[in-house]
Formats: sequence, C-alpha cells, structure tokens
Amino acid sequence: MLRYTLKRILTGILALFVLACVTFLLVRLMPGSPFQTGSVSEQVVEAVEREYGLDRPLGEQFLTYMGNLLRGDLGISYEDPGVKVTEIIGRTWGITASLGVPALIVAILAGTAFGIARAVSKNRCVREVISAVGMILAGIPGFAAAILLLLVFSVQLKWFPASGLLSPAHYVLPVISLAIYPAAVIMRLTGNALETEMEKDYVLFDRAKGLGRKQIIFTHALKNAWRPVLNYIGPASAYLLTGSFVVESIFTIPGIGREFVNSITNRDYTLIMGLTIFMGAVVIAVNLITDLLGAWLDPAVRRSYQEEAG
Amino acid sequence: MTVQKRRRRKDLRGYFRKDRRAAAGCILLGIWILLAVLVPLLSPWSYSEQNAAIQNSLPSPAHWFGTDKFGRDLFARVWYGAGLSLLVGLVSAALNGCIGVLYGAVSGYAGKKADLILMRIADVVSAIPSMLYVILITLVLGAGATSIILGLCVAGWIDMARIVRGEILRLKGTDFACAAKIEGIPSIRILTRHLLPNAAGPITVNFIFLIPQAIFTEAFLSFLGIGIAAPAASLGTIIQEARSQMMVYPYQMVFPLLVLCVMMLALNLIGTSLEQRNRR
Repeated sequence: MLRYTLKRILTGILALFVLACVTFLLVRLMPGSPFQTGSVSEQVVEAVEREYGLDRPLGEQFLTYMGNLLRGDLGISYEDPGVKVTEIIGRTWGITASLGVPALIVAILAGTAFGIARAVSKNRCVREVISAVGMILAGIPGFAAAILLLLVFSVQLKWFPASGLLSPAHYVLPVISLAIYPAAVIMRLTGNALETEMEKDYVLFDRAKGLGRKQIIFTHALKNAWRPVLNYIGPASAYLLTGSFVVESIFTIPGIGREFVNSITNRDYTLIMGLTIFMGAVVIAVNLITDLLGAWLDPAVRRSYQEEAG
Repeated sequence: MTVQKRRRRKDLRGYFRKDRRAAAGCILLGIWILLAVLVPLLSPWSYSEQNAAIQNSLPSPAHWFGTDKFGRDLFARVWYGAGLSLLVGLVSAALNGCIGVLYGAVSGYAGKKADLILMRIADVVSAIPSMLYVILITLVLGAGATSIILGLCVAGWIDMARIVRGEILRLKGTDFACAAKIEGIPSIRILTRHLLPNAAGPITVNFIFLIPQAIFTEAFLSFLGIGIAAPAASLGTIIQEARSQMMVYPYQMVFPLLVLCVMMLALNLIGTSLEQRNRR
C-alpha cells in the first residue's frame, strides 16, 4: 500500500513537471510580444524585454523560471507590473473555489439521488423521465446553460441577480450552471453501477434474509457502486475549473477563470503560465487524493496491492 | 437481395423498434446532417455576406432564423456553422480514435514492461486538464479548426486507449487467442483479426462519445473567442457573436444553441443505447 501511495505521488509530481515544461514552451512559442502595443517604438520594446530577461537564451530562461517555481514564485504580471502572479491567484482563487466547491457538492448530491431513483424506482415512467432529462442536461454545454439561466431567471423573471457575488442569492445561478453537467454524469454513473449491483447474488441473498429495500440499497449496494463516482471527482474538478472561465465571464464574477480569459486576451505571458500551472496543479492534486482515497477504501484494490508487494 | 441481407435488415428494424432511443437519436442526427449539408448548398443567402438593410430582423418567411447584427441570414449561417462543428468533431474523433486504439492495443498486447511504461505516460498526460493544452495550442498556432483539432489530439485518445487496453488484456487470455497462438499465427494478425474485432462494441461506444466531446470543446473555445475565426463560423462563434445583444435579440442566440443541443442529444442517445446493448 505504501508503495502504491508513493508511486501515485511520484506520478503526480512528474505530471506537474511535464505541465510546467509544456506550458513554458508553448507560451514561449506564442506569436507576438506582450509589449507590442503598437504605439511603442522598437527600442522601447527591446529595452523592456531586456528588463524582463526575455532576450536571454531559452534554456537559461527556462532554468530561471523553474528555479523560481520551486520557491513558489510565479513572476510578475506583464500587463500590470508590480502585481505578482501569486497575489492575483491568492485574490481570485477563493472566489472561484466558493463557486466550485458548492457546485461539486450539489452535483454529487443531486446526481446520486437521481441515479438511485433511476436505478431502483419501480415506476417505469419515473425511470424513463429521469434518464431522458439527464441525457438532455448532459447535452447542454456549460456556457449555454449559464446563458439560458441568466436569460430566464434573472432577465425575464428577475428572481436572481445577474452579476457579482454580494449575497447568497448571487451564488444560485452560477453554482447551478456549473453543477448541471457533472450532476448528469454522476447520475448516469450511479444509475448504471447500481443497476449492475442490484442484479448481483448478494442483493438476492439480502432480500432472502428479509432486509428492507432501503437497507439493501443504502448499506449494501451503494457501497459497491460509489467507486466510479469517486473516480469522476478528478475530471469533475477539471470541468468546474474550465467551466469557471465562461461562467465567471457571463455572471461578471472576479474569479480565477475570468482572470485567465483576460490574460489570454492581453497576452500576459507570465500570468497565463502561472494560472495554467496553478490550475493544473489543483486538478492533479484532486486526482491524486481521490485515487488514494479510492485505493484505501476499496478492500479489493487494497488486497491486490498487498499481494503484489508481498 | 440475398436471404442473409434481408435478415440483417430485419434485425436492424427490430432493433430500432425495440430501442426507441437509438431510433430517435438516428432520426435526429440524420435530419441534422442533412440540413448541415443541404442548407449551405441550396440556401439563397450566403453565410458571410453582410447586408446593412436587414440588420437584426426577426424570424420571417424569408429569413427563418432572422438575421444578425450585420444582416447575415442566420438560418444559412447556423447550418454552415453546424457543418463546421460536425467536421471538427468527426475529424478529431477519428484521429483520437485511431491513436487510442493503436496505443491501447500495443499497451495491452506488448507485455508487462511496455504496458507499464505506456500506461504511466498516459497517466501523466491525463492528469492535466486537457482544456488547458487546447487553449495554449490554439494560442500558439492561431485560431482555426486545425489548431483546435491538434489540441484535442493531445489528450483526447487516453480514455479510448485505456478501454482498448483493458479489452485486449481480457481477450488475450481467452481460449481462442491461445489456440491462434498455438497455430503459429503472427501476433499482429491475432491482434488485428481476432482480438480487436471482439473489442468493437466498447470501441464504437467510446468513439460515439468522442464526437460530442470535441464539438463541446470547439464551441467552448469559440465562445471564449479563441476558436474558429471570422469569416468562418462554428456554432460556438455564432453564439458568441449574439452574446453582446442577447438581452435585445435573444433569438439570435437561442437558434444556434438549440441546434447545438439537438446534436448533443442525438449523439448521446445513440451512444447510451449502444452502451446499454453492450452491457447486456
């Protein structure tokens, strides 16, 4: 088990390193200099580039950047000199997390609930309606959902405010628009897994033993069906992060996603690099944690690794 | 018509009758593709021609979806964009499918050490959110369909590779694979003629789901303004263009959204029904 943990952590670190290298190279390959704003003369551009060390050989720049990265220094923004990239991340990260974490919780709760209902409901109508609605929701891109919600609930009906994050009511629409897609996926995963579980012999045995339906589902079958959902949390967090790009720009929320979109428009290289590496690191960490959690909680996986080691 | 052919046709009809979801999905997809191909060919309006006299006109018999802020006919434009979206989806799904099948097959068949190394590489690549690569690559290569497809190919093949590897590992141990080996059939032939055809079910399902994923990503990027560039337009671009005046002319955004969602729904219907048929 320890070996597995170490192996996974090493893979995570390697992924982080690859991410940093690829990001650095791609950003350096991008056409145009961040300082060419049209009205500035060539000499000024060159002087500023020298100031930032952009005239040095690529290898040297790379080593400097990696060294700084190890010390947790992501450089300063090109667009807004004097502001550190880490400061921007610190300022915006909490806001994005305050949308992403509730969205993830809503998605897991709603997805699991409807997944269970779809798998075990005796009413055929309920099952069909849930799977049809789930399929429609899974087919709506995140930005489309955000715009539709905005048009209907805040422009037409005026139930919820359209922009900013001042009160709890401001959170409703962005969180829902982020949660819809992961909820639909989780519903499909739980539904499918639970359907397979309910046909297994131990469920028949439980029933023969005289256990109630609720007890069979919640204490026996669900325990075996949660694995795909746990595995999905990593990809879901990646979806939520990238989803925040559009949701934050639609609802004018000053989070990390909007900052990223702005940095792309401004060609703010250090900021693009810093935010990409930071977001990649978050997703890698979530993947790592859910993987380890899954391996620790699942007796079958645990045993297979113990045998391998022994 | 031979007996066999007739029977196969009957099988297919029975399958559609039994599985209404697959039938609905195929019909929707068929209509959708037909419109995406025919409308740009037959429409009297061009997707890119601007006409200041008919800016922002509401849907009418002449312009079924209305016109946008430059007076371009939205019906022609939306279906042209739909075709482009579908093209991006199909090409990148095909590329990713090929890479994934090859990678997974090699990894599953080549033995323990190669398998370990190949799967570690896949783990590392897939640990990073793929949208980030796609965005960076489109920024490097400039906006356009090619760079989106290239970006999608960085990480899109990994699920397919994992599925194929799992199937090959499972099939490698079966009796017929052993028999083929004893008979002295070369490994490549066993892999391509005996193992892969048996994995066709899961491969098809995954392939079907690759297409909406790619269309999703393309629409997302175009919506952010770093996807397909003017004068070409995908559904994402058209939605993005309508965004600035969505409060005044919501129909300009609703039509392309609807077309996009119908496409997703059709592909999801087909994918899920195939998935369920495989599980049975």
